[in-house]
Amino acid sequence: MALTIPKALLEQVRAHGEQTYPHECCGVLVGQFDEAGGKTVESAIACGNTRTDSPANRYHISPAELTRIQRESMLAGRDIVGFYHSHPDWPAKWSSTDLDEAHWTGCSYVITSVEKGKAVLTNSFLLVGDEQSKHFEDEDIEAK
Amino acid sequence: MPIKVLIPTPLRPYAGKQSIVEVSAQTVGEALSSLVAQHPDLRKHLFSEDGKLRSFVNVYLNDEDIRYLAKDATPAKETDTITIVPSVAGGV
Repeated sequence: MALTIPKALLEQVRAHGEQTYPHECCGVLVGQFDEAGGKTVESAIACGNTRTDSPANRYHISPAELTRIQRESMLAGRDIVGFYHSHPDWPAKWSSTDLDEAHWTGCSYVITSVEKGKAVLTNSFLLVGDEQSKHFEDEDIEAK
Repeated sequence: MPIKVLIPTPLRPYAGKQSIVEVSAQTVGEALSSLVAQHPDLRKHLFSEDGKLRSFVNVYLNDEDIRYLAKDATPAKETDTITIVPSVAGGV
């Protein structure tokens, strides 16, 4: 099972992290789930980071924005398949905070490390389990 | 036309794999009660043991967060849409 994403959208996600550096960027990935458990991203929607109190090491997407994206996606026959954010001068690996604040089981959490303003590595992690057992599993990104 | 409740991905396994559940109710609280009556497995994922919505669960009536309306007592009508949206946040 992998996260399939057009190369142009992957570059858009990475570029967003460079644009907001040294702050974290964040956004929503919209697309489709397939029956085998994979996901295909069709659009990457840049969102505002409401954590203006600590944007260098925290992000939060406004629930109002999420609600609008969820509704519009479903009306278009699509779905929220994941989220992305960046780690300024920090590895592209989920943190304990990322896990504590993750609640969208079945969705991908894509993280890009941005070092000195340049996107380096982008990794994807699938959130598995419920609130008591949740954990991240490494997920392949297929950029096509 | 009943009220539509939009179910987010992580909760669909507990709602019969449905992305939209229709309920009849006069308030958001009644709508959520009707939802968990139809799909009892949803209860523990939406509510804590004290019966309150879990802190990371956001509930919107159309475009408004019910926290800033009348919460569970927020009136709802047949053409309304209730969206359940778990929080998205994190950081290093």
